[in-house]
Amino acid sequence: MHIPDGFLDAKTAGVTAGLSAVGVALALRRVKHDLPPRKIPLLGLAAAFLFAAQMVNFPVAGGTSGHLVGGVLAAALLGPSAAVVVVTTVLIVQCFLFSDGGVLALGANIFNMAILNSFGGYAVYRLVCRCLPGERGRLTAMAFAGWCAAVLASIACAGELAWSGTVGWSVGFPAMATVHMLIGIGEGIISALVLLAVRQTRPDLISENASAATTARKGEWFGYGLLLVLGIAIFIAPFACPWPDGLDAVAAKFGFEHKALAGLPAAPAAGYQIPGIHWAVGATAMAGAIGTLVVFGLALLLGKILVRKKSLDA
Amino acid sequence: MNFNLLTHQHRHTGSVIHHLPAGLKLGVALILIVGNVCFPLAWQAWFLGVAILLILVAALSRISPWFLLKRILALSPLVLGVAAVNAFQTTGQGHWLGVAERSLLCLLTVTLVSNTTPFSGILRVLQSVRVPNLLITTIALMHRYLFVLAEEAGRMHRARASRTFSHTRRFQWHTLSSVVSQLFIRASERAERVYDAMCARGWK
Repeated sequence: MHIPDGFLDAKTAGVTAGLSAVGVALALRRVKHDLPPRKIPLLGLAAAFLFAAQMVNFPVAGGTSGHLVGGVLAAALLGPSAAVVVVTTVLIVQCFLFSDGGVLALGANIFNMAILNSFGGYAVYRLVCRCLPGERGRLTAMAFAGWCAAVLASIACAGELAWSGTVGWSVGFPAMATVHMLIGIGEGIISALVLLAVRQTRPDLISENASAATTARKGEWFGYGLLLVLGIAIFIAPFACPWPDGLDAVAAKFGFEHKALAGLPAAPAAGYQIPGIHWAVGATAMAGAIGTLVVFGLALLLGKILVRKKSLDA
Repeated sequence: MNFNLLTHQHRHTGSVIHHLPAGLKLGVALILIVGNVCFPLAWQAWFLGVAILLILVAALSRISPWFLLKRILALSPLVLGVAAVNAFQTTGQGHWLGVAERSLLCLLTVTLVSNTTPFSGILRVLQSVRVPNLLITTIALMHRYLFVLAEEAGRMHRARASRTFSHTRRFQWHTLSSVVSQLFIRASERAERVYDAMCARGWK
């Protein structure tokens, strides 16, 4: 999901850089305020861990393989703000050291993978945790949040590419969303299994990190929430919304829509002329909605299996 | 793929380009990348100029062309893939060649800079442009322990592979998750030791 340079135009790169700068500044302030000094090396080590964990491939259906993004896992293990800092660090090092992901696209990559993935996923995680208490609920939440975060980040990525005019929404959205709906399953399973394993071997690590000091506070929820909503409103909503956007509506109201059209020769392939492709967007959105329910069911099942096995072992 | 990149990290040779100050290299690279992304494709002179400059730098820096080619090929499937998708788009044929051109030039720029500049130099530049200290500490620590942990992951993987005879699909997931969770636990334990060592040397 690393966007290289040259794929985003100046306006998209600028807007995403602004959003990520605000998000990272917020995360850094929180971490500086809340994290005890002896936990500071943990951020760097956790970033190195995430990088190493991303090299572990897991099999996805059809012979392809995916790898962990790990933003939500980091958020569950370290707390949301620390996770934003850690994933941002990973992205910066990947960009400058391995030229993986562009320099000007760094803002977009940080927004998708550090902020949307980590914090969006963490929000889902907390929500499900609150609805389903206990160990089983926690694992269900982890698996489901891992999937949601992967899909959310991929849709935002498609939206950014479409906004820059690099890959049309009607092509990019189905491609990105379907692939990540599959990869996301692996991400969810691995995240839940890792969380379970860490909780079994070193429960103190998580309870220390996710103590009152580092779980999200009201200000944090508000800040990141605002960023998430802004991002979705800018990158996804204009394409996903079936209504004409603001400008079109205004144009229609004042009647210069026809005037504008009259002056132009008929475009060879304007808008959605390929029926199959337009259909693909709707079908993907439908599949996504159904898929979310199915995945939630699967996550519940996973939580049930893992916890029952554990209670038998004990 | 990433593991390959780790083992193919380029070694420092004392060429002219290696000795240039890091700030200068990063600054020029940033200007080139902004130009590549923002200038219209009609300005062929700019893109040609950048390409010639980059080839010149590559020659001066005495990095083997094979190494550069390998790095670029390892990173470009996405570039080529999206460019191919772009070719089927209804708006503007031929546009995709431009996308590929822009991103390959940017890729080459960053690859050249990152292989001729020590990472500590990059960090110093980040420090001088007032990137928050906490972020720089984190980046420096990550860079320091990246290779250590990657090696550790490789060792754990090898040990596991040599001890397991057959692997069913379910067992594979189990293995993966236990490797990752062990890695996290070892990383956190190492972080505690690192903190003690830092304190012993008078950090803060």
